[in-house]
Amino acid sequence: MKATARVVAEHTTSGTALRVLKGEAPLLPRRTGPSEVHFVGGAAAPLGGDDLTMEIEVGPGAELTIRTVAASIALPNRFGDASRLSVSVSVAEGGRLLWLPEPLIAAARCRHTTVSTVDLDRDAELVWREELVCGRHGEDPGDVRLTTVLRRDGRALYRSDVAVGPHARGWDGPAGFGGARVHATVFRTGETATTSSTPTSAVMALAAGGTVATVLGRDLIETRRITDALVTPPQRTGKAAVTPQGSTAIDSPLVRRA
Amino acid sequence: MKAQLLILADGRFPSGGHAHSGGLEAAVVRKRVSDLDSLRRFLIGRLYTSGLVGAAFAAAACADPGSMDGIDEELDARTPSPALRLASRRQGRSLWRAAAVVWPGPHVTKAGAVRKGLHQPVALGVVAEAAGCTPGESAAISAYHAVSGPASAAVRLLGLDPYQVHGLIAALGDDIDRVAQAATEAARGPAADLPAASSPLLDVSAEDHAAWEVRLFAS
Repeated sequence: MKATARVVAEHTTSGTALRVLKGEAPLLPRRTGPSEVHFVGGAAAPLGGDDLTMEIEVGPGAELTIRTVAASIALPNRFGDASRLSVSVSVAEGGRLLWLPEPLIAAARCRHTTVSTVDLDRDAELVWREELVCGRHGEDPGDVRLTTVLRRDGRALYRSDVAVGPHARGWDGPAGFGGARVHATVFRTGETATTSSTPTSAVMALAAGGTVATVLGRDLIETRRITDALVTPPQRTGKAAVTPQGSTAIDSPLVRRA
Repeated sequence: MKAQLLILADGRFPSGGHAHSGGLEAAVVRKRVSDLDSLRRFLIGRLYTSGLVGAAFAAAACADPGSMDGIDEELDARTPSPALRLASRRQGRSLWRAAAVVWPGPHVTKAGAVRKGLHQPVALGVVAEAAGCTPGESAAISAYHAVSGPASAAVRLLGLDPYQVHGLIAALGDDIDRVAQAATEAARGPAADLPAASSPLLDVSAEDHAAWEVRLFAS
């Protein structure tokens, strides 16, 4: 299945306007808050053979939070085809994106690649969480590769390729996951208090700014105990405080379909 | 076979590498590596992740030493752990110190002017070029060192039999060749597209290790 979704957020005097909010199954975006979008239907994807594209554009000064309603499960199709999800994100000057999807679960025999590319302008802010669960209950994962490229003004801030599965040599060994089933990372722009590291987690200041937390655990409960504290919106100075975003009507008048 | 390649690959070359365990000390203390079999799994995981990245960056710097700054910046973006960046730059600096005498040249001189020191793989590529090695040979040295460094640290940390440990390195020979080959091919493209394979526990345990007061190795 080939599907594309696109979300464009703009700053207006009355808050975030979603100038574009469109998608096709299995990528269906729904507005769920003043500046929040949930993707629904994630559980059925990605399936072997899928070629999925998500484009997220956050305009100057705009704020956007992206979530999914459920975990995604990377599943094999009966021909053993590979699936791919490309996520292209840009955040303009003064804009802010919180990317907080539910985890990706690598089912047995899947062959999936997610490539996420994020371009930040100047002082754009980003909170980016990725969670990978290796296998459903009692199952060894198939092949999953998560490629993440974060750039600011075209320069590399962070690049990583996390690979698991039968074709990733040594991935579950003592240099890779060390028997952990969940791998979580949180990238944040700006300063983050680097809490003391543990044998399975560390909050690390990157060379070109921002921090990355890498957390390994037996399950999501264990990793979220650490990462949940890191996915709060960054504190803004000289701007209105961020209010918690509750659920509002899905078809807000601010939504204009492209 | 070229003598320059052997000199640079030799563990006795005074590049300061013996002070680093490549993350093995942390893995041993945290009981993730305790015998030959777990050492083998550690070495394979390291070789195919940070070993591949290092070999590709060494090949890229050897192919185009004039672009060492941009290549070094890309490696920074692939090294989230401040402790690993520091360890890498220190090793790059000590390699440069030796090379400035052994194989002086314009690029080696320029590498010395980088204030914080180049990352070890980038420094290795620049030095290898000055020594007359090819990008493929640089990648091979780097991939080999990704295995041999922690392996020799294992002899000291775990008291393993050095014959058996070298038997293990030899058994990984095809893997080392395969990684060096893949790294050399990857190095033909732009620096931004160089491999970025992550080894989560190497990052996390480098931070863990750096906080200890008593340790045998610098990293």
